[in-house]
Amino acid sequence: MANQLATREAYGLALKDLGDRNKNVVVLDADLSKSTKTNVFAKAHPDRFFNAGIAEQNLIGVGAGLAAAGKIPFVSTFAMFATGRAFEQVRNSVCYPKLNVKIAATHAGLTVGEDGASHQSIEDVAIMRALPNMTVIVPADPAETKQVIDFAAEYKGPVYIRLGRAAVPNIFGEAYEFQLGKAALLADGTDVTIIACGIMVAPARHAAEQLISQGISARVLNMASIKPIDTEAIIAAARDTGAIVTCEEHSIIGGLGSAVAEVLVENTPVPLERVGVKDTFGESGTPGELLKKYNLTEDAIVAAAKKVVSRKRA
Amino acid sequence: MKEMEIKLTPEELSELASRAKAIRGNIVRMVTEAKSGHPGGSLSAADILAVLYFAEMNVDPSQAQNADRDRFVLSKGHAAPVLYATLAEKGYFPKEELLSLRRINSRLQGHPEMKSIPGIDMSTGSLGQGLSAACGMALAGKVDARDYRVFALLGDGELEEGQIWEAAMFAAHYKLDNLTAFVDFNGLQIDGPVAEVLSPLPIPEKWQAFGWNVLIIDGHNYNEIYDAIQTAKTVKGKPTMIVAKTVKGKGVSQMENIADWHGKAPSREECETFLAAIEGA
Repeated sequence: MANQLATREAYGLALKDLGDRNKNVVVLDADLSKSTKTNVFAKAHPDRFFNAGIAEQNLIGVGAGLAAAGKIPFVSTFAMFATGRAFEQVRNSVCYPKLNVKIAATHAGLTVGEDGASHQSIEDVAIMRALPNMTVIVPADPAETKQVIDFAAEYKGPVYIRLGRAAVPNIFGEAYEFQLGKAALLADGTDVTIIACGIMVAPARHAAEQLISQGISARVLNMASIKPIDTEAIIAAARDTGAIVTCEEHSIIGGLGSAVAEVLVENTPVPLERVGVKDTFGESGTPGELLKKYNLTEDAIVAAAKKVVSRKRA
Repeated sequence: MKEMEIKLTPEELSELASRAKAIRGNIVRMVTEAKSGHPGGSLSAADILAVLYFAEMNVDPSQAQNADRDRFVLSKGHAAPVLYATLAEKGYFPKEELLSLRRINSRLQGHPEMKSIPGIDMSTGSLGQGLSAACGMALAGKVDARDYRVFALLGDGELEEGQIWEAAMFAAHYKLDNLTAFVDFNGLQIDGPVAEVLSPLPIPEKWQAFGWNVLIIDGHNYNEIYDAIQTAKTVKGKPTMIVAKTVKGKGVSQMENIADWHGKAPSREECETFLAAIEGA
């Protein structure tokens, strides 16, 4: 597809633009600036970029101190290290005191690819979502990424932004406006609702198109705001369509699927199928091969939709 | 120890002694009342905090959030009683509130929480994290060209945390000469002497090797504490680590150098005896 860009690349550009406009923004990285794309910011604003080296615990702590002193730090490394290695620093130095630190983590999910399971973060949304005071956002495409970065700079408090390595097709036009806690309706339907985030939004849309030819009308929601989540949109989807499929490049434990399930069981229980990594580690491979092997595909979403619709009718 | 250059006046010394005495008395009272807390490592740091808050730091309780104020990070957050007692002594909140330490609905959490009490510059408690935050504050001061100074107090046992050494590299790499840290070198941690649990020794040489300016002082001598802080200000291009040799439980002879008083509260009877010891010291 033409004009494809990874959300990490959109992040680098958005961050540089933000830095042009907001002198209070500072950026920290942990020896991965070429990969996370914070090097775009570093080139434009070398006096406000600090490499913390391969030392992620200190990286997060320095971010906390910068925020305590009034700066707006964007802190980047791979999702694995930002949320895993430095989990307790994110909890105790950032979330507990509700400091204004933006953790923009790249290379999330299986599409890290060839680096393999040690680098494939499939638990980050679950553990970030569990933290009080934390906001969790998973943008789907470059336009949404830019919106989310600008939003995060204005928002007062910790934000976790999950970004990907692989290029993704454009979902949104330039007029799109990200709203915290609001889902974006991408297609309407009556039989099932597919709720997706991140790189799974594009296959979710294609799955909905495929389902039409099979006599199933699917609503598609982009749920970039995982926490807070759009409770109203989920309840409405349950009432209107009676069945839900969630799609995420993350473990089915603790991520978008779990967040949606929590809303459903407490409000309007309806059948739910979760497309995601089924409680297993990934492995080396190309992003495409991995998505196929771990059933994170348009076809897997179609199958889940058919299954959930049949459960509804049973 | 180098020659003393900058000395406090007899009046200043006498004020510090009386402030430190009041702080120590309140540490013992509040931990007794709470029936839990960490008196030993609070008492060992009392003289350092007395000098910082009553002879050195540019802080004003009526403008607790002033952007140009000096900052203090209690990286060894379990010594919360010494910080609370010092802040109350300074006028940040009423001293009567000290007795609510660790109680439900109290602002005085078991470990310092910056959102609840004015004057606390960083929430701490999980060891190893405070120095990184202090680095961030010092870095912000450099970025914003503000001339405030950042102080941090570390435990000697805390030096066993890997994050401390990440922060040590960072501070030296970014030449954070507006950062002055102390190690409260009382030699004891929960399970016993630091040298026996997991030795962080030798301490000064490690910080020197990490690129810091290092000073070694008696952490209960006001002139030495004050002089070291002034010396740190003159050192450009390097952060300073003041290795303060201290006595755990200092000021209460019955508690001194006993690891068991790391995290144990005195009984009411012991409290009376300990307060008398502080008064008599």
